[in-house]
This record gives sequence, C-alpha cells and structure tokens, in this order.
Amino acid sequence: MTAAADTMTVTPQDAQKYEEKEFGFWLYLMSDAIIFACLFATYLVMVGNAAGGPTGKELFSLERAAAETALLLFSSTTFGVAAVALSQGDRSKVLLWLAVTFALGAGFIFLEFGEFAGMIAEGAGPDRSGFLSAFFTLVGTHGLHVSVGLLWILVMIGQVLFKGLTAPVASRVMRLGLFWHFLDIIWVVIFSVVYLPGLL
Amino acid sequence: MDFFGRLTIDSLPFYSAIAASGAGVTVLGALSVMAVITYFGAWRLVLFDWVSSIDHKKIGIMYVMVALVMLMRGFIDAAMMRSQQAIAYNNEGYLPPDHFDQIFSSHGTIMIFFMAMPFLSGLINLIMPQQIGSRDVAFPFMNSISLWLTTAGAGLVLISLVIGKFSTAGWTGYPPYSGSQFTPGVGVDYWLWAVLISGIGSTMSGINFLVTIVKCRAPGMTMFRLPLFTWTVFVTSILMIFAFPALTVACGALMLDRTLGFHFFTNEAGGNMMNYINLFWLWGHPEVYILILPAFGVFSEVVAVFSQKRLFGYISLVLATMAIGILSFTVWLHHFFTMGSSARVNSFFGTMTTIIAVPTGVKVFDWLLTMYRGRIIFKPPMLYTLGFLVTFVIGGLSGVLLALPPIDYLMHNTTFLIAHFHNMIIPGVLFGYLAGYMFWFPKAFGFKLNEWWGAASFWCWIIGFYLAFMPLYVLGLLGMPRRMEHYEIAAWQPHLIVAAIGAFIIFLGIVCLGVQLAVSIRDRNKALDLTGDPWNGRSLEWATSSPAAPYNFAVVPQVQSIDAWWDMRRAASLMSRPAEYEDISIPKNTFIGAVIGGAGFVFGFAMVWYIWWLAILCLAVIFVAIVIRASDDDTDYVMPASEVKKIEDARFAQLAKAPKNEMADDPGFAGQPMPEPST
Repeated sequence: MTAAADTMTVTPQDAQKYEEKEFGFWLYLMSDAIIFACLFATYLVMVGNAAGGPTGKELFSLERAAAETALLLFSSTTFGVAAVALSQGDRSKVLLWLAVTFALGAGFIFLEFGEFAGMIAEGAGPDRSGFLSAFFTLVGTHGLHVSVGLLWILVMIGQVLFKGLTAPVASRVMRLGLFWHFLDIIWVVIFSVVYLPGLL
Repeated sequence: MDFFGRLTIDSLPFYSAIAASGAGVTVLGALSVMAVITYFGAWRLVLFDWVSSIDHKKIGIMYVMVALVMLMRGFIDAAMMRSQQAIAYNNEGYLPPDHFDQIFSSHGTIMIFFMAMPFLSGLINLIMPQQIGSRDVAFPFMNSISLWLTTAGAGLVLISLVIGKFSTAGWTGYPPYSGSQFTPGVGVDYWLWAVLISGIGSTMSGINFLVTIVKCRAPGMTMFRLPLFTWTVFVTSILMIFAFPALTVACGALMLDRTLGFHFFTNEAGGNMMNYINLFWLWGHPEVYILILPAFGVFSEVVAVFSQKRLFGYISLVLATMAIGILSFTVWLHHFFTMGSSARVNSFFGTMTTIIAVPTGVKVFDWLLTMYRGRIIFKPPMLYTLGFLVTFVIGGLSGVLLALPPIDYLMHNTTFLIAHFHNMIIPGVLFGYLAGYMFWFPKAFGFKLNEWWGAASFWCWIIGFYLAFMPLYVLGLLGMPRRMEHYEIAAWQPHLIVAAIGAFIIFLGIVCLGVQLAVSIRDRNKALDLTGDPWNGRSLEWATSSPAAPYNFAVVPQVQSIDAWWDMRRAASLMSRPAEYEDISIPKNTFIGAVIGGAGFVFGFAMVWYIWWLAILCLAVIFVAIVIRASDDDTDYVMPASEVKKIEDARFAQLAKAPKNEMADDPGFAGQPMPEPST
C-alpha cells in the first residue's frame, strides 16, 4: 500500500484513513480532557484540605512555575516550526526541530521532577494531605502525559530517520503535534488554576 | 522488598471449602477449555484465526463469548446470594459474611463490566459496520486491543477466586470502607485494576465506534437513514468517550489512596470521600444508558422486522435517543440523595430524573405503534421484546417513585432499590442483548438458533424474573436493607424463599440457552441461513452473506432510504452482479492486540500484589508492542479481485439454490417487500 511512498503523495483511500485517524485522535483528546476536567474539579474541591500541612503559598515557587511554563510554551512553538518543515518536506529541519522540542520538553520534566522531589523531601509529599494528593495527581498526570509525549517524539525522530517523511510518518507527526499542543493548553490551565491562585 | 510482593502461598484458597471449590471450578473450567481445544486439534485455528484476528465480526463473536461465560459466573453468584438469604433467618446460613460480601461485590462487577459491556461491544462489533455498509470498523487493530483489555479485566476477576480474595466493598467500592485503613488485603485492588483496565478498553471502543459511524458510512447512508441500532450505538459511543474518564479518575484516585497512601477519600488528612461518590456516578449514570441504549436499538430492529412493518416514529426515536444521551449526564446525584445535599440540589436532580422518563416513554409508544396493525411473528427475539416492554414499564414506574427525594430517603439501600434496577437492567439490557443474540446469530454463524428452546429460555427468564424480583419490592417496603447476610425478621423469609425459587427458574432459563446452542449446532444443517437474510430483514446487515465474507460487501452498496435493504429488495437492485470486482484491502491478523491485553492482565495482577518489577516489565512490553505496531506501515493485505469473485460466485450459486425468502413458509408471513402504502 505504501511501498512507493517516499514522497508525500497519498491515494484518496489513504487520505480517508488519515482523516479517520485524526478524527479518532481528536476524540481521544476530548476524552483525555474530561480526565483533566475531573482532576481539576477534584483539585478545586480539595485545595483547602491542607490538614494542617503546608499550603500552596508555602510550597509553590513562581520562578520555577514560570520557567516550566516558558519551556513548555516554547516547545509548542518549536513543534510548530517542525510542522512547517514537515509540510515543506524538509527532513533535516523536521529532525532538528523535533530534537529541540524534545530538549525543551525534557527540561520541563526535569524542573517538574525537581519540584516534586523537593516537596517530598521536605515532607510535603502526596501522602501528607488531601490537597497535596490532588496537586500531585493533577500535575503529575500532566507530567506523565508530557513524558509519554517525549517518548513519542523519540519514536518519531527514529521513524523520520529510518523511513523518511512518508505519508504515514507525516500523519503520525501531525497527531503528535495535536497531542503536544493539547498538553500545552492543559498546562496553561494548570498554571492559572493551581500556581497563580496558590501564590496570590 | 519481596520478590513476589505480598503474594504468598497463603493466598491460595485452602482456608474454606466453598472458596476452594470456587477456585476448583475456575481452574477446571480453564483446563477443560484447553482440553477441548487440544482434543479437536484446534490450537492453530484458535490462535491464528481468532486470537490474532482483527476482523470486526470475529472480535464481536469473541466479545459475546466472554459475556456468556461471565453471565454464568455472575449468575452463580446471584444463586448463592438468593439461596443464602432464603435460609439465613435466625441463623448464619452457609456463607460466612466475608464470603457473602465478596459474592455480592463480584456479582455486580461482573454483570456490569464483564457481562453487559462485552455483550454490548460484541453485538455492536458484529452488526454496526454491516448496518452502515462498511467493510470494517475504523480502527480494526485498536478494536483487538479493546477486546483483549476487556478480557484481561474479566480474567482478573476470575483469578481473584483462585489467588487471594475479591473485594467486599460492593460493585461501587465506596470509600472510606474500600480504603486501605478499613479494607487492607487485595480484594479491592483486584476490583480496581479489573475496572481500570477494562475501562480503558471501553473508552477505545467508544472512539472506534463513533469514528466508524461518522466516517465509514456507505454512500447515500446519511445520518437520518441510519438503522436505529446504529443510532443508539452512536449515542452510546459518545457516552462511553465522555463518561469513562470519570470512572478512570475515581478508581485511579482510590488506587493511589490504597497503593501509595494518598488522601483523596480517606477519613483523615483532608480526604473527601463524597468526591468519590460524585465521580463514580458521574460515570455510573451515563453507564446505565451506555448499556441500555443499544438494547433499545436491538428492540427497534426486532420489533420492525417481526411486525413486518416500518418502524413507527423513526425521527422521534432518534431524538429520544439523543435526549436520553444528554439527560443522562444530569441525573447522577439521584444515586445518593441521602448523602446530604441541600433540598434544592436534590430536587433539581429529582426533577431531571423524572424528565428522563419522558423520552423513554416516547420510545415505548413508538414500539407499541410499530406493532399496531403489524403482522407480528412470535419468534424468540420478538418474545424477549414483548417481555421487555411489559416489564420495563413497571421498572420505570418504580424508578419515577425513587426519583422523588423524600421517597428515596425511605427506600435508599433497601431491596426496593435492588428490585428497581434489576427491573430495568434485566428486561432493558439483558433481554435486549439476548434478543440481539438470537436475532443476529445466523448472521454470525450461518444457521439459525432453535426456536423452541429459545422460547423456553424466554419463558423461564421472564417468569423467573418476576418471582425473583417482585418479592424484593415488598421486602423493601418491609424495610429490608440490601446486602444482608442473615436476618432476624420472620416476615421476610417467605418472600426470600419465593425470590430463591425465581432465581432457580432463571437458572432453568440459562440452561435452556445452553441447550438451545447445543441443539442448534447439532441440527445446524436443518436451519441453514442460505440467503443471508433469515428474517425478511430491513437493514443492510442482511444484505451480506451469513456468515459475512471478510470484506462484508464486495461492492459497497448505494443507500437510497431508511430500511435500505428492504428498499433494495423492492427495487431488486443489490442482487445484480457487477461485471467486475475490485481488489479489496483487508487488515492483516496480528497478535499484538492479544500481547497488549495479556501484558495488561499481568500488569494488573502485579499491581494487585505489589510485584513492582513485573509491573514495570509489563509496561515495557506494552510500550515495545505499540512502537512495533506504530512503525509498521504494511498492515493490510490486498485480496485480489479474482478471489473476491470466487467467494461471490460461490455465494450466488448458493443463493440460486436457496428459497427466495426464508420466511415465506412462516404462517405469519405478510409478503415480500412491496411499495409501502403512503400513510
């Protein structure tokens, strides 16, 4: 079916297949959005349940949250550049910008990991209070998604390297893009619902 | 850290004779299945034609097989509860409390998650793509993952009989009781992982079905020409996609509480157990409609075919289905009116609950009016439909009663509630699926099920149902709480004895289903469905051969109207052979779905027993499997036109020998498709 697919030309049947996959992926994202909605609701219900333990005001650092936000937002931009390169069929640029996106995303995970480790070390782990359980689960679920996204970027770098910019690979990169931008949006909400009110 | 986590030799059920025999039956069952496969030398067939298959029809059949096995297991639980309560007046009965609690927990869990859900996914898989004139679902491979994840969940419930114990926290697993403080042990963890793993499968099924309906319809199959079953699947899929995440969050958070000491739902340290109940029912109420809407779809198909008349009020049925789908998200709080919300909140949800009865009532009238002036043929699927109509209305009435918060305060957690929801789910869901099973069995296997035994199963089920559950209404009014292991009130016992007799008659109904299957397989040559349309059907699934070819339709049909197949036969357009067939691309079989399901099962087991290295290993296996599949750009093979022609030629040869209409000999037959009177 795709034996001669060095170029990005697609047959109508294949185009239909990719369209189905993209629509299915949107549905998955919406389903995932409900997971986050439930986690946000849970967080808002439990944000006051610090049970005598530390609250967001004592725990959150605006500098770190701002740095995390910057990394993730920039990674979305760089992914956008990769997508443009993809539409131009420029393989080395796609690889370059996917790698930059990976580095930014990994930086985000590194900062978040440090934040979590620091909190746990000072006795403010998720088993301290209902508030912290909700915080770690909400932010951690997002972090888990970003980590999966990072693995996915690696896989796609591998596919672009070994398969080239074939139609199936391109369609996967596009869906990865949807996923990556989706996580960005979730992070914006996390920043506005968790960090900002926690610090103000 | 122990190599096997908290798994020790003491986890085997030698502490009690009943538990040990349950384990024995489970192990023997598994061994005898393997023995049968070996006896027939069918391992190759089972593995390469079925386990690795990603054909939607085979996946559908496997789903239904899972459902029927789990139906038996869930029924055994029910029979044990009924017999325990029948004798446990002023004595302990034969089941100790801990065991009794496991039984009612596994009964509910199995019947909802591992009987009803697979049955539903099975029927949808088998029929929906054929109804819309498609060659497969949109994502055949993901379909296989869904199947095997559901099976993995069912496997976790089954293995909890053999290794360790099952949950005692009921099928809803309310904290704080289900938290680790009050219920350490592995039971609740088995429940959680079974539900979580199969829930992921269900979410993927929902996505798959919805994309299929939106994107894969045959030309001319507009949304308002979809058969009603497909319409109900459409709404159910939306509910699956948007409701299951709430269950995932509720169960995931409870799992974190239990496994890592989080405080979502604990009594201390700022936990809020009411949040669990909200999240759980935010999924739980839509789930009721996820289960029942496709059954409504089956009834809509069956009632039109066996009344030999166009479905009455097609548009109103579609609108009612959509209304139910939306309203189903606005009533969840009626499951816990007594939790202490304000009167305003309770009355809002009480009002919404009574409102949801309106579209359901519309449907009932549509079905009645379809039968009105129809020529009704009382085949088993139609019997189940009629039994449903009468019984379901009674259940609906008791539901409207319970929707009133003041009454609910009196009835909450009594057997009145048990009677109510069984009165909805047995006729509404199970009768629908059994009707669908008997209706579409010829499509799956090419021969019809024995009608006498089908009718016998119906009569046992419905008589047994009334005997088993009407006494529970009375008991609820007498104040009997649900889930009683023993009791001291003499007035309750006669009702419970009647209920136990009812359960026994239902057991006969299940026996009839088994006999029906055996007799039908034995006599299959006398009941062959040669035309692919055994019932004088109306929708497109009857246009394919029985069983359908791997590609369903050699030529994708052109749809002109509702009741597409009836319409085509009237115009005699589909049976003409094309001059030339085209190559058809078909997905290749793959074991990766089964590998992911298997790894999911072991992962769940490892998490239950805290065997961390094994859990990580399973995740790695799943990751590698997905990457392998995602890097494979050659997942289809092309069936050449010559082979399509061979299959189709054989089919037309068979058609030439077959009767023109398989229903023509039936005494109630009202005739071939003809132009319908324009009333």
